[in-house]
Amino acid sequence: MELLKKVEATKEAKPVANKIKLGHVHLSGCTGCLVSVADNYQGFLKILDDYADLVYGLTLTDVRHIPEMDVAIVEGSVCIQDRESVEDIKETRKKSRIVVALGSCASYGNITRFSRGGQHNQPQHESYLPIGDLIDVDVYIPGCPPSPELIRNVAVMAYLLLEGNEEQKALAGRYLKPLMDLAKRGTTGCFCDLMNDVINQGLCIGCGICAASCPVRAITHEFGKPQGDLNLCIKCGSCYGACPRSFFNSDVISEFEAISEIIAGALKEGEKDD
Amino acid sequence: MIEDPYLGKYLTCVSARSTDKEILKKAQDGGIATTLMVYALEQGIIDGAIVAGKGDLPWKPRPFVAMSREDILKAQRAKYNISPQISWLKEATRSFGLDKVGITGVCCQMQAVRKAQLYPINMRDVPGKIAFTVGLFCMVNFPYDSIQALVEDHANQSLSSVKKMEFGKGKFFVHTERGNVTTVPLKETHKYEQPGCHVCLDYVSNLADISTGSVGSPDGWSTVFIRTKVGNEIWSKAVAEGLFETKPIEEVKPGLGLVMKLAKEKIDKNRKTLEERRNFGVNKALRDPYA
Ligand SMILES: Cc1cc2nc3c(=O)[nH]c(=O)nc-3n(C[C@H](O)[C@H](O)[C@H](O)COP(=O)(O)OP(=O)(O)OC[C@H]3O[C@@H](n4cnc5c(N)ncnc54)[C@H](O)[C@@H]3O)c2cc1C
Ligand code: SF4
Ligand code: SF4
Ligand code: SF4
Repeated sequence: MELLKKVEATKEAKPVANKIKLGHVHLSGCTGCLVSVADNYQGFLKILDDYADLVYGLTLTDVRHIPEMDVAIVEGSVCIQDRESVEDIKETRKKSRIVVALGSCASYGNITRFSRGGQHNQPQHESYLPIGDLIDVDVYIPGCPPSPELIRNVAVMAYLLLEGNEEQKALAGRYLKPLMDLAKRGTTGCFCDLMNDVINQGLCIGCGICAASCPVRAITHEFGKPQGDLNLCIKCGSCYGACPRSFFNSDVISEFEAISEIIAGALKEGEKDD
Repeated sequence: MIEDPYLGKYLTCVSARSTDKEILKKAQDGGIATTLMVYALEQGIIDGAIVAGKGDLPWKPRPFVAMSREDILKAQRAKYNISPQISWLKEATRSFGLDKVGITGVCCQMQAVRKAQLYPINMRDVPGKIAFTVGLFCMVNFPYDSIQALVEDHANQSLSSVKKMEFGKGKFFVHTERGNVTTVPLKETHKYEQPGCHVCLDYVSNLADISTGSVGSPDGWSTVFIRTKVGNEIWSKAVAEGLFETKPIEEVKPGLGLVMKLAKEKIDKNRKTLEERRNFGVNKALRDPYA
């Protein structure tokens, strides 16, 4: 099988050839996304050891101004009353090859959409926008918080896309495409997306994974079909992203066994202490 | 590894039947799904399994996390209406604290699980904890009210008197506890189908570790595809321990040919539906989830 060869290729290539430059840009978020990044434990250290140099990151690196980066992962939404945030996100776009919206606040506004200001010491800070409303975003990693595993998968794939051999590049491109399509699709995420794009379109099969993915349990199933409580929905967009009828790139997902092995292989040493 | 555009990837395909008398008594077919999950639980391969048990109305399934042999047995037999199995996926690892989750479900549910493994959107701690999946063959599923209409209006039976339902040989069979068997021709059942199934491109649970169904094997037996390394290891051990009687699929009737024919029929038909969705309006397409 073709992919098995790829696994082997990845294993032996010990690809320290070129580390990519990675930055974590922190806007208005709760730091849950950063905790998720760190929750990859040894896997995260492995990424930093072998694949990426962290060139920017609040509390993690002593750099004040946004530097040139290959991949910028942005956490949080942009408070448009906060000039520094607005400038940071513009700067991030200018200086990065790939901008990744990490988590639902960066992707969809999420819980920060419910902000009405009134917090000390900046009560006038009241309007928060997902980063895609200000800049072009390449990849979305939805989730509140995004799962450590998805961050890990995207990190490995982004690395392969930038530094891998031809075959690895192709695989990474196929893997990342749906997350890139999500970024093109728009900056609002809500149960309504399931309603509009899946249920109303006659595509729902009642599998239930939308309910499993909802962080606030806004989704129940009535006679097999999802029912969203819009008063509970925080607009994180997770249910839509998780639904097999929002996107299903068969060519990638049906290779789940080999791809899981590639990713595990890439992070192998990192796993030994888990 | 065999790779077939309709049957998916698999290592082997056999016809099999459980040797567990208690399981066989209430199994839909050869009791493969139940026997495998019970075995995986007893071997510590899984800590619990998400299965489709009894709901609050007769023949309305309720997905739940089974933690014992007894619980897994409660989910025996196919309920031909929607059981949102995967709604328990994250909960299984959280509230139930499972580190190794087993799942039984139909093809699209296997798709949801594998997508969650590779694109774990808000699925923290889930991908690595999916330990074993058994997928069922599935031509189509129904909303609960459809099943009620089919059983009560078309077959003239009360749902609570039904012992078993079955699709096969061009008919929908309703067996009652008292031994009555009523059939409804498939052409009457089509209009009741779940619309979402009409774009489904999988018949034999291509993405499960092991998939099973009745088609291809004699009554009381099941057709079984062993698909992944995980599946192969569990299957080989279970067979070695005498949990299943097996026959080469080439030696049974009607055999793999029928499975292939039905898989092709379903998938080709649904590809056509996808095609039709592209021209549903005037120069307006409906969404294609695979695009
Ligand atoms: C909707 C549906 C359509 C099917 N269509 C076909 C078909 O076209 N061709 C074919 O050969 N086989 C089909 N099957 C599979 C077949 O009916 C048996 O379920 C299968 O052979 C397993 O039998 P068993 O004796 O091994 O399982 P059992 O030991 O009887 O266990 C049954 C298992 O099925 C699960 N289950 C029951 N109902 C549902 C449900 N609604 N959703 C998800 N999981 C469920 C339970 O969790 C349980 O683990 C279908 C099943 C379903 C549920
Ligand atoms: S995840 Fe999608 S297909 Fe599954 S029940 Fe929810 S809306 Fe329906
Ligand atoms: S229903 Fe839940 S998962 Fe979906 S967008 Fe709302 S909060 Fe997020
Ligand atoms: S036909 Fe496909 S979509 Fe419908 S229930 Fe079966 S597996 Fe799911």
